[in-house]
Amino acid sequence: MKAPIRIASGQGFWGDLLTAPKMQVTKGPIDYLVMDYLAEVTMSIMQKQKRRDPQLGYAKDLVPLIADILPDCMERNVKIITNGGGVNPQACAEAILASARELGIKGLKIGVVTGDDILGRMDEFRSKGIEFSNMETGEDVGIIADKISSANVYFGAFPIVEALQQGADIVITGRTTDTGLTLAPMIYEYGWKEDDWDKLAAGTIAGHIMECGGQATGGNFSADWKSVPELENIGFPITEANADGSIVITKHEGTGGLVTQQTVKEQLLYEIGDPSNYITPETIADFTTIQLSDDGPDRVKMSGVKGRPCTDTYKVSMSYTDGYTAVSTLTYTWPDALEKAQAADRILRKRLDNLGLKFEEIRTEFVGVNACHGHLVPVPADVNEVVLRFGVRGQDFKTVERFGKEIAPLILTGPPSVTGFAGGRPKPSEVIAFWPALMPKNAVTPSITIEQI
Amino acid sequence: MHIRLIDIAHARSGDKGDTANIGLIARDEKHYPILKKYVTAEKVKSFFGEMVKGDVERFELPNLGALNFLLHGALGGGGTKSLMTDAQGKTFAAALLRMEIDIEETV
Repeated sequence: MKAPIRIASGQGFWGDLLTAPKMQVTKGPIDYLVMDYLAEVTMSIMQKQKRRDPQLGYAKDLVPLIADILPDCMERNVKIITNGGGVNPQACAEAILASARELGIKGLKIGVVTGDDILGRMDEFRSKGIEFSNMETGEDVGIIADKISSANVYFGAFPIVEALQQGADIVITGRTTDTGLTLAPMIYEYGWKEDDWDKLAAGTIAGHIMECGGQATGGNFSADWKSVPELENIGFPITEANADGSIVITKHEGTGGLVTQQTVKEQLLYEIGDPSNYITPETIADFTTIQLSDDGPDRVKMSGVKGRPCTDTYKVSMSYTDGYTAVSTLTYTWPDALEKAQAADRILRKRLDNLGLKFEEIRTEFVGVNACHGHLVPVPADVNEVVLRFGVRGQDFKTVERFGKEIAPLILTGPPSVTGFAGGRPKPSEVIAFWPALMPKNAVTPSITIEQI
Repeated sequence: MHIRLIDIAHARSGDKGDTANIGLIARDEKHYPILKKYVTAEKVKSFFGEMVKGDVERFELPNLGALNFLLHGALGGGGTKSLMTDAQGKTFAAALLRMEIDIEETV
C-alpha cells in the first residue's frame, strides 16, 4: 500500500475552472481526483432537465471533461470520484462509457451510486411515519408537499468505498456529501472502520478543505490577496493522507496559488456552523481539535483531529418552488449620480403602486455606493456613476413580469444621463427554496452497480 | 489603543440558507485573546444593525486563533429567494473587518 495517498480536488462547484482537473492529473503524482458539483440549487435544476429529457439530469460538462483526462488517468492509475451524477448518475455513467468507447479505452469500470433520489418515494416514506419536518423551523412538510421539485438524501463516503472495493476506476454518485468524496479513498486504502471516529473526522475535515477547490490555495484569500502568486495558473488543493489520520494539504509544484496556514484556516472556517459539531453521515467532526503546522513550502500539516459517533439519521434536502423574482439595473452618471438613482427609485416605486402591483419584497441597491455593506459605509461625496439595482419578488408570475416592463421607460421618462439597459426586459425567474429534514438511516439503502467496457 | 479589525485579523464568509457565517481569524495567534475579548456576539449584532434580522451566535476556535459568527436572517431569505447582490454573504467578512475597537492592550 502506498503511503501517503494523494487525493486531488478537481472542481469545487458546477462551473469551476475547467482546466483544473487536467492540471491535477498531469502536473504531478496523484492517486485520486475528486470533483464536487452539487450545490443545493443544482439538484432542482437537474430534476427540471431530467423531466424534459429522461437522459439528462447530471453535470453535462463532466462527460467531455472526463474524456479529456481519462487516457492520462488510465495510464497513471488515477481514480476519479465525483457527485456530478446529480439526479441521474446512471445516465451520466453511460454517457462517460460511450465517450470512453470512442477513445478506444478498454478495461474501464465505472461504479454508480444511486438511491439518494427519493423524490418519487416521499408518499411511501411519509406513510411509514417519516415526518420530514423542517430541521430549522419544525414545520410540517405537508405545507410544501405539492410543490416539491427535488428530494435527496445526503449519502456519505461508504457507498463510494464499496464501489472502489468492487474495482471501480471512476465512481459517479448523486447527492453525496462534498466531504465524503475525499474521505472515501482514505477509508478504502487504509481499511478504516465505521467507528474510527477520529480518523473519519480527520478525513472529513480534509474534505472540507478540498471541497471549494482553489479557495484553499490562495483563491478569495482575505489575509493578503496581493501576495498570492500566479492566480492565473492556480494549483488546486491536494490532500496527502496517512493511515493514522494525519493529513498534509499541498498543491503541485510549479503551479500558482499559495498554501499556508492562513489559506487553510480561511477555508476551514468557510460555511461552518458550530465548529465542534460538524455532522456528516460518517461522524461528528470537532474543528476545535485541529492542530495545524508548517511542513515546508506550500505544505500545511493537520493533526490531532477528534471525532464523535455519527448520528442515526441522514440529512435530506428538498427543494420547492416559491414564487418569482426579477431584477434589473440602470446606470446613472455625474452630475448628481446618486441623487438621480434615488429619484428613479422613488418614481419606479410610485409607478408600481399606481399600477396596483403588490410584491412580497421590493429591494433597491445603489451599486458603487452601498449595495454590499449597507449603512456600514459612509456615503461618498460625489461618485461618478451609480448602478441602480432594483429587484422584486412575488408569488404571481404575471405581476413580476409586469414589473419588467417598467424599467426601460425610465430611460426616457426619468432623470438624465442614464444608460446600461442593454439586456432587455428582466424575465421572472423561479424561486427555489429549500427544506432541510432528517430521516432514519435504516429507511434508505444506497445501491452500487458497476458498469464496464 | 484604537484599531480596525483588518489590522489584526483576516476573515472569510459564506451562507447557509438565510444565515451568513463569518470566520474571523487572528493574523497572529497571539492576538486571538483580543478578538475573543472585544468582538463579542452582541458587538457584532449591533455593528451590523438592521442588516441582521435575527440573532448573532459566536463560536470559539482557540486552536486556530479564530472565531466563527453566525448571522441569522442576514441574507434576505437566502438562496434564489434573496434580492440582494450579495445573497450568499460573500462580502460580510470584509464588512466585519471594518469594525473599529478600542483596546487596552498594545498590538
